[in-house]
Amino acid sequence: MDYPILSYSIWVPILAGVLVLATGNDKNANVSRWLALFGSIASFLVTLPLWTRFDRNDGGFQLQEGANWIPAFNIHYHLGVDGIAMPLILLTSFTTVIVVLAAWEVIQKKVAQYMAAFLIMSGLMIGVFSALDGILFYMFWEAMLIPMFIVIGVWGGPNRVYATIKFFLYTLLGSLLMLIAFIYLYHQTNSFELVDYYELQLPMTAQLLIFGAFFMAFAVKIPMWPVHTWLPDAHVEAPTGGSVVLAAIMLKLGGYGFLRFAMPIAPDAANYLSGFMIALSLIAVVYIALVALVQQDMKKLIAYSSISHMGFVTLGMFIFNPLGMEGAMVQMISHGFVSGALFLSVGVLYDRMHSRQIKDYGGVVNTMPTFTALAVLFAMANAGLPGTSGFVGEFMVILGALQANFWFAVFAATTLIFGAAYTLWMVKRVYFGDIGNQHVAELKDINKREMLILGVLALMVLGFGIYPQPLTEVTHATVNQLLTHMAQSKLPGM
Amino acid sequence: MNEMQNIYLAIPLLPLIAAAVVGLFGRFLPRAAAHVLTIAGVGAAFVLSALVFKDVLAGHTFNGPVYTWLTSGNTSFEVGFQIDSLSAMMMVVVTFVSLMVHVYTIGYMHEDPGYSRFFSYISLFTFSMLMLVMSNNFMQLFFGWEAVGLVSYLLIGFWYTRPTAIYANLKAFLVNRVGDFGFLLGIGMVLYTMGSLDYQAVFSVAPQFADATVELIPGHPWQLMTVICLLLFVGAMGKSAQVPLHVWLPDSMEGPTPISALIHAATMVTAGIFMVARMSPLYELSTTALSTVMVIGAITALFMGFLGIIQNDIKRVVAYSTLSQLGYMTVALGASAYSVAIFHLMTHAFFKALLFLGAGSVIMGMHHDQDIRNMGGLRKYMPITWLTSLVGSLALIGTPFLSGFYSKDSIIEAAELSTIPGSGFAYFAVLAGVFVTAFYSFRMYFMVFHGEERFGKAHHHEHHGDHADEEATTDHHHGLAPGQKPHESPWVVTLPLVMLAIPSLIIGYVAIEPMLYGGFFNGVIFVNPEVHPAMHHLAHHFHGAAEMGLHAFTSLPLLLAASGVALSYFFTMKRPDIPEAIKHRFHGIYVILENKYGFDSFNEKVFAGGSRWIGDKLWRYGDVQIIDGTLVNGTARLIGRLSGIIRNLQSGLIYHYAFAMIIGAFVLLTFFMKA
Repeated sequence: MDYPILSYSIWVPILAGVLVLATGNDKNANVSRWLALFGSIASFLVTLPLWTRFDRNDGGFQLQEGANWIPAFNIHYHLGVDGIAMPLILLTSFTTVIVVLAAWEVIQKKVAQYMAAFLIMSGLMIGVFSALDGILFYMFWEAMLIPMFIVIGVWGGPNRVYATIKFFLYTLLGSLLMLIAFIYLYHQTNSFELVDYYELQLPMTAQLLIFGAFFMAFAVKIPMWPVHTWLPDAHVEAPTGGSVVLAAIMLKLGGYGFLRFAMPIAPDAANYLSGFMIALSLIAVVYIALVALVQQDMKKLIAYSSISHMGFVTLGMFIFNPLGMEGAMVQMISHGFVSGALFLSVGVLYDRMHSRQIKDYGGVVNTMPTFTALAVLFAMANAGLPGTSGFVGEFMVILGALQANFWFAVFAATTLIFGAAYTLWMVKRVYFGDIGNQHVAELKDINKREMLILGVLALMVLGFGIYPQPLTEVTHATVNQLLTHMAQSKLPGM
Repeated sequence: MNEMQNIYLAIPLLPLIAAAVVGLFGRFLPRAAAHVLTIAGVGAAFVLSALVFKDVLAGHTFNGPVYTWLTSGNTSFEVGFQIDSLSAMMMVVVTFVSLMVHVYTIGYMHEDPGYSRFFSYISLFTFSMLMLVMSNNFMQLFFGWEAVGLVSYLLIGFWYTRPTAIYANLKAFLVNRVGDFGFLLGIGMVLYTMGSLDYQAVFSVAPQFADATVELIPGHPWQLMTVICLLLFVGAMGKSAQVPLHVWLPDSMEGPTPISALIHAATMVTAGIFMVARMSPLYELSTTALSTVMVIGAITALFMGFLGIIQNDIKRVVAYSTLSQLGYMTVALGASAYSVAIFHLMTHAFFKALLFLGAGSVIMGMHHDQDIRNMGGLRKYMPITWLTSLVGSLALIGTPFLSGFYSKDSIIEAAELSTIPGSGFAYFAVLAGVFVTAFYSFRMYFMVFHGEERFGKAHHHEHHGDHADEEATTDHHHGLAPGQKPHESPWVVTLPLVMLAIPSLIIGYVAIEPMLYGGFFNGVIFVNPEVHPAMHHLAHHFHGAAEMGLHAFTSLPLLLAASGVALSYFFTMKRPDIPEAIKHRFHGIYVILENKYGFDSFNEKVFAGGSRWIGDKLWRYGDVQIIDGTLVNGTARLIGRLSGIIRNLQSGLIYHYAFAMIIGAFVLLTFFMKA
């Protein structure tokens, strides 16, 4: 059982994807489906040893793999994970299985291509989480967007072209600035190794510029207010699987980027700008929650809710205490399950009704009781009910924020009210009440496949709500190390 | 001791397991399995709780963790139990009332298609409430706090097709969340300042912070303990329905009657009272907080009582009476008479559950008509319901020797003896409340059980507000058809009534001496007699339960209660025209009461409407117009225009491009080398 786990984690899904692609057209769609399922399960299984073999006392990079790639520029194929990356990799490979299953009979056109896109995307995203070389990271970062553009552009809704272009333009600018930052850092160190950047002393101006460049790349991904408007459009147009991956994993890439690059490379700038970052986070929490309240489209509502919840991630990171930062990590993982489940729930309804408008529903519980029970559970998790994973991160971040400043916590805690308001108001209008119309009356409850998907997610949501300790255990050492690192100035001559 | 720990664990887990099995597999099981399993779970929990109670009386308390929920930095969050006189007493009360309600439900819900779902929910509630009262730390307290809120949400909206029910449950959840908002901040302050969420750790360091101040607004130092206690109390205001966060409780009557008894009268709504009593070592450090608590409680006690006078829905009368009694308990807390508050919590749990279940029995007998104007003379047809309801009403108004008398009279005395600011007002309010309580309770009693039989006639359907009839989904009847007579309920309904009537009669007499003056709460509830002497003086005045009962015959509260009963008799039985005349004469006051002082419309317009309005504006102008319209699409347009110009640069000649690239690279590199 001794194999390069990280390389396998990256390349098994990519190879599986290529293989699925080779099954070609829709005549043998079932072959594609089963192959994709086996591929995704195999990819998930190869990532599992990350959890078991991970040394929880070591805050540094583990399970490292290295090889020369482009010696002329000192570029390496260098992989490794720490307590921040590892859970996110598992989340990625887990979500891919869910997405493949969710697409089973829903996607009828270009099945092989659809499945392949997600498998390849999964490998590339794991690459992003495990790359320790700037250029390698950048390659994965850019490459993973291509399958996502394809997924939205090909299987998306009527306005998919606008959404894709908006998504692309938003992301492009940030990515380019990030590349320039890497080139600058290379110029300073003659290396693309991340660990070299961590040690590099930088004057404040340079730190601010680097932080700014990374900010442009990562803030768009999270997304932070005010660079968030691509997300609702992308979600609305994306097929269910696209929305799930977008919400569950892609948003986390932004949060991960801050923790991996922006903060440790430019700690003084991060400290200097923390007030600014906290302000943006709190705006996201409050402003976006109010915006979510008035949405008429379920997917838009959940998209705005995602932005609001991601506000907790950035808030937790920039208050610089362990409670906040670990809370941010827990929030990212939990949001992966909860938002994924919420988008899948909308998908379940959309597959039957072909509408995402709240007003087209009403009284779904009468015809789909089992589904409604699960949907209410996920809604409660989204509203941060204790006992679900949604509570843990918010609780930790609010407690952490209070230690930084009472008023941060006051603004953050409004989510208790607004988060419940927009989520449960939607639940009321969609699921409860008398049967709204003929189409609702004809709904069929979820089938076994849908039950399996949502059931597994429900178990995850409850499991991490009741016992989140295993999750924070793996992040402790890394978070402590990061906070210690952040506390030391990297200004020259200090 | 290990054996006891297993018992502690079993008490909340048995109802949870029953709830999970019935909730997940109820569809595949026979109907009877739902009540057999859940009653077995709750029944066992009750027996074990009684054992624990006995064990605690013998001096065996426990405080320890079950498992570590989470560690972060130096902070550790644990799930654990604190078993002492306070929690053991709560456990017995909760499991007993819950057991009674389970049995009652067999009769009340027997036609409902959601039968097993209902049993699953009430068992889940029992688990949540037990987790709340057994907790030894703030985190788990918050878990139980929100979990009971969840079950309350599910049960108020149990009949999910009714617009009023799903409006009421959303409202209940959100109003409670407003309370939880303050509560969570309070918990955060505790952790931040005292470094732990464990009760004992916090209580042991709290005195060191007695004079500490905190500047939440720079330049305004506030006493830390006042800030913490007030924040925590905001949570209690939500859960225990104190003005102005009381608005959800009357609407919660949309749920089936058994849960109105269990959740919205006997147990969940008392969580706030329990919490403040549990936090007595903190509250004792802030007289400001106690004063606030007392005044809020007094306002609730009196002004919610007024609303009970004009209600015609049998459940709403009892609901407003619950609000008012919760106000009494809060007053006791403010007077530092925590044990009295808990005492009243206990007696109230019995007689209020009894009154609600009695009301439910009446509703069944009336075929789901809840309007007391359509009743009358029911005592002939429903003798057990009549007698037990009479016991409940007498206990509620404070008839000497009955349970409510001992607890309520102690509260009134505590308010009188309290010396903190606001106690004068509180004393007046609780005293006046006695008259009001007696009046509305017996107005309802006479209208339901005595006088002319008004049922079976053409109804006047003037339901209050938007209140629909119960069980519209399952029961085709609404009210009695002409000629039909009410009938007594089956034994599964009347048995719990009798079982609850017994403690309503005697528990006060039996328990007052040990609970209030016998050191039952020693080491659990903390009072500083030098600053807050009410309880101390109260003990001096007490010379045994029997003497207290006799003494009452010469006291003001009994006079007030008696005149309340007499007046209600006169108005309902002798001269029903007078209330009508008063209604017309003082129409302005009537309208204010009818609109419940305008809280609902204010909240609906200002908070709900305001949030939607702001959200809509932020979305339309912030997101769509400014960010998307101007910045994003504007940039795209700008680039489009610029590119029109730049397009001229696309000469198609390689050397042009190469030149531009080289220059560009140089510019970038020089820029970064300088930086």
